Amino acid sequence: MNSLVVLPVLLPFLVGSILILLVKRHALQRWISGITMTALLVLSIILAVVVYQDGIQISELGNWEAPFGIIFVADMFATLMVVLSSIVGFTCLFFAFRTIAPVREKYYFYPFYFFLLTGVNGAFLTGDLFNLFVFFEVMLIASYILIVHGSTNYQLRESFKYVAINVFASLFFIVGVAYMYAATGTLNFAHLAERIDEMEQTGVLNVIAILFLLVFAMKGALFPLYFWLPRSYYGPPAAIAALFGGLLTKVGIYAIIRMFTLVFNHDPTFTHNIILALAGFTMFFGVLGAVSQFDFKRILSYHIISQVGYMVMGLGLYTQLAIAGAIYYIAHHIIVKAALFLFAGAAQKITGETHLKKMGGLLGSHPVLAWMFFITAISLAGIPPLSGFFSKFALILSGFEEGRYIIVTVALIVGLLTLFSMIKIFMYAFWGERKHTEEQSQMKIGSVLLPIVPLVALTIIMGFAAEPIFQYSEAIAAELLEPDVYINSVLKE
Amino acid sequence: MEILMSITVGVLFMVGTYMILTKSILRVILGLMLMSHGAHLLLLVMADLKAGAPPLLGEDATAFSDPLPQALILTAIVISFGVTSFLLVLAYRTYKAHQTDDLEKLRGTADE
Repeated sequence: MNSLVVLPVLLPFLVGSILILLVKRHALQRWISGITMTALLVLSIILAVVVYQDGIQISELGNWEAPFGIIFVADMFATLMVVLSSIVGFTCLFFAFRTIAPVREKYYFYPFYFFLLTGVNGAFLTGDLFNLFVFFEVMLIASYILIVHGSTNYQLRESFKYVAINVFASLFFIVGVAYMYAATGTLNFAHLAERIDEMEQTGVLNVIAILFLLVFAMKGALFPLYFWLPRSYYGPPAAIAALFGGLLTKVGIYAIIRMFTLVFNHDPTFTHNIILALAGFTMFFGVLGAVSQFDFKRILSYHIISQVGYMVMGLGLYTQLAIAGAIYYIAHHIIVKAALFLFAGAAQKITGETHLKKMGGLLGSHPVLAWMFFITAISLAGIPPLSGFFSKFALILSGFEEGRYIIVTVALIVGLLTLFSMIKIFMYAFWGERKHTEEQSQMKIGSVLLPIVPLVALTIIMGFAAEPIFQYSEAIAAELLEPDVYINSVLKE
Repeated sequence: MEILMSITVGVLFMVGTYMILTKSILRVILGLMLMSHGAHLLLLVMADLKAGAPPLLGEDATAFSDPLPQALILTAIVISFGVTSFLLVLAYRTYKAHQTDDLEKLRGTADE
């Protein structure tokens, strides 16, 4: 029993529960949330270091052994994701201190913020299919509340669709669990992997695999199930939109990568080719959506979709280099996307607008915001030496090695269009004639920008220190492609 | 018994799908509820239905039914209960704010 593994799940849960009681005391709530978030960040980094040095860590709840009890498994992939979720959670929380309206704080903003992190961390660390479902639900219920938090007319209208589509996806998750249990008689990931390895019949497994792909694709916004995303991420305030844009879809992608490397690796020519095709369509239609939009937040939302495609492309290629590239890309994307949403929030705080044609001239009045946005935007588009370049480079290189020229071509075109739409934001919102008032351009936003600085610094560091980070990603990819290590450490054989 | 239950699950899914495709918010919610009942029943059916045996394995027990699916369904029912009640409140607030329960009118404008 190693309790360090459970702490990233338990800590936000306990603190969230306590914060419900303190909902009337704003200052105290902020202090507790800030301290907890810092502790969570430190804790997740310690966990990642421990796992990197000593191998996979396991926590069996109640000391029930692996296939029977509920277990938490921390391997390198899971801990990396926990660290990333803590980083994004940390910055978004401090951004929320500066920007969130007091009336929203009064209505349980912080408790649900921590419940969301409980669900996210739980989904990363669990080693059991049904527990994955439960943590998905914890995360989703918190997200339903945060997305409608504030109850503007727009939010109410779009949240209903968001909730409905997610309830629909969740019930198919239960159907998938039912089929899986009928076919294999177990729900523990490691045990499932072992049983599926012994099964001769791949037909029924392919059906189950596609069902799970459908479920996670709905949560992770893959083609053709991404339609709910841009509208629902537009409604909530920037701190919440950044947290959602950075983290939530990536939980779906994490689940896809976990399931399709550990459990469903029986027939890669069938399943992984479907994933590769989906990746191509997701990238392409996502970026087309972004190009056609003229709203700061909507462009960013459509880019989430197109970039989810890159991550899944790495899984579809299914080589060590490609998966390493995908993991590097996830790390890069979570950081950069959260930062960009926060910049959109900062720009909105100054001008009161998110529509690009009503903005302009921010470069003159707020140069620090403009240049920090520029660095992050070109990092997203994949300009060297920032982090976006190296991750895309690895993906495209492995695409060439495998001779998958169509997907490589699509990826390159999408990269170009990404650059185009990022420059579009920069030209309309930051260049050009000033469209906000004198009073607005005098607004001091240093304290708003401060929480975003670590994210911008990270994308620069991840670009310049690409070598060690890429080695780390390759180690994770090697671990994912050798499921025996995971299975043996869980089942102790 | 399994056949009968499978047909029940199928009917629940069928009715649920039909209701989700209608335009009224309340019917969509009812459809989602019926479909999640279908999913829960499916979970029970998939783990072999046994009549007359408790989910306990004693020293001298001759038959027992699998306790795991029952535990899973219990969890899933609780979750779907919570989500449904939230969804109903959300639908009510949406109705109050927009004065309509017609999803066609809740589409939003094209340029948003």
